[in-house]
Amino acid sequence: MKMRVNKLAAAGTVFIALIAVFAIFAPLIASHDPAGMDTRSVLSPPSREHIFGTDPLGRDVFSRVLYGSRISLSIGIIAVGLSVLTGIFFGSIAGYYGGKIDYAIMRLVDIMLCFPTFFLILAVIAMLEPSIYNIMAVIGLTSWMGVARLVRSEILTLKERDFVAASRIMGAGGSWIIIRHLIPNAIGPVLVNATLGVGGAILIESALSFLGIGVQPPTASWGNILMDGKATLGVAWWVTVFPGAFIFFTVLAYNLLGEGLRDAFEPRLKDRS
Amino acid sequence: MTRYIVRHLAGLIPVFFGITLISFLVMHLAPGGPSDISSSMNPKVSYEARIRLDKLYGLDKPLIVQYKDWLVRVVRFDFGRSFIDDRPVFDKIIEKMPVTIFINLSSLVIILAVGIPIGALSAVRRNGLFDRFSAVFVFAGYSIPEFWLALLLMSVFGISLHWLPISGIKSIDFEYYSLPLKILDVARHLVLPVLLASFGGLAGISRYMRSSMSVVMRQEYIRTARAKGLPERKVIYVHALKNAILPVITILGLSVPALIGGSVIFESIFAIPGMGRLFYESVMARDYSVIMGILSIGAILTLAGNFIADMAYSFADPRIMSGGDGR
Repeated sequence: MKMRVNKLAAAGTVFIALIAVFAIFAPLIASHDPAGMDTRSVLSPPSREHIFGTDPLGRDVFSRVLYGSRISLSIGIIAVGLSVLTGIFFGSIAGYYGGKIDYAIMRLVDIMLCFPTFFLILAVIAMLEPSIYNIMAVIGLTSWMGVARLVRSEILTLKERDFVAASRIMGAGGSWIIIRHLIPNAIGPVLVNATLGVGGAILIESALSFLGIGVQPPTASWGNILMDGKATLGVAWWVTVFPGAFIFFTVLAYNLLGEGLRDAFEPRLKDRS
Repeated sequence: MTRYIVRHLAGLIPVFFGITLISFLVMHLAPGGPSDISSSMNPKVSYEARIRLDKLYGLDKPLIVQYKDWLVRVVRFDFGRSFIDDRPVFDKIIEKMPVTIFINLSSLVIILAVGIPIGALSAVRRNGLFDRFSAVFVFAGYSIPEFWLALLLMSVFGISLHWLPISGIKSIDFEYYSLPLKILDVARHLVLPVLLASFGGLAGISRYMRSSMSVVMRQEYIRTARAKGLPERKVIYVHALKNAILPVITILGLSVPALIGGSVIFESIFAIPGMGRLFYESVMARDYSVIMGILSIGAILTLAGNFIADMAYSFADPRIMSGGDGR
């Protein structure tokens, strides 16, 4: 079991690295300009010239997927970074100080968890405008609750340990103890959660863009290429199949890596589950 | 029992106020307030509508007063009127709700009926062939973009094979059908949406059931049951399964928001006239009062779902009721 999971996690890591290379070197790898229209080859099937075919405007789907990976990956990673920081902030304060602060923060977590995630994200984006930065911020600020709960429960047990008492006796203040002693010791499960979260954030971004409320054309993202795919469904399968497969395998890779990390950080859990 | 329920309900009150407060604040995120952005973004909004909106939300008053006024309305289920057709928001939402609730309940039934056996079987034969197979299925279920799967299924079963309709919930000539045909027609329209709505949740529940069952299988009462000579079948399906299902109920309550949220996606893909599609259309048209109404109602439905799950859990396991607040 262990070997198998780790092999899968390694495969996930390799795939993530590959996609990252694609995203970083997109201008070098892409065969065409992602926004360049070619009215002579509209909706042409995959060929040597266009390996993923072309879309309704004659744009090269492969190049659009490559450039789209830049947008989709950076939104996924930055949104999760934001959600992890927010979650650590609230979770550590709630766990360390306890009492009324803890009660207030945990009620906030309960409240946020009541909103159907996708409704809340759509509503906020409807109020602001669907720029890339707003999308990052909104996904990040609506997904920190899991991390907050995780950090809080880790800190609740950590803060009773002797090394924390020692630090306190030496005169350390709350924020010093939280930042220097508690958070570093609670980071393992957070990392697992964050890795799984990147996959989730990529899914949310692509769904938003697919609905036309996320990344706006002409900027390509995996989700808004699929919007063109929906319009040409039944005529041009390649516009739908390739970008969707990129989303699927990328999210799968992050999930496999996350599971692998979970086994590495929490050997107890592996034994149990 | 009654005291327990009452105490639990009282705990929901701050959460309810929080929900209304956040819905209210989201509405005021818009630069210049809701009436400004709606009129500038949506040319369909007339000057009169804007004045009415300003008056409805009392946008000239201090924020705290506005919130109080809004709250008083919400408690009476008055969410104002839609900008688009001037109908009361609450009526618009209520008429769309049955479809969404029906689809979500059907998919919940599928999730439970399929997910629990899958999870239980993989826990019983851990690392066996079935367990490995279901692990692949679970990872795929977590990772696949639902709307992409929807497109693929639509193109295979709807466009290529012509087996299933791909949009709406009834055919054009629905009115002329006999009753059994009507039921069949709606069922055919809902097959794909319901399957899609269940897919993501299925992965989660079967995984959760597997770990819950694995924990139970190591408990001492299982060893006792085996030691006293009960057949293995009875040990697993009577003693273990019953105890392992309990925690799954809570998870089910927690998965309600994801299900409701997911309805935006599949209802707009399949053109199903439900809450999700209404929400999507309101977002596209910046119909603020409808957006706020659905956001609040969606959250309150979730709150109710969690409450029912909590109650079901403590009803099934009375130890919880005697032991504090159930957490």
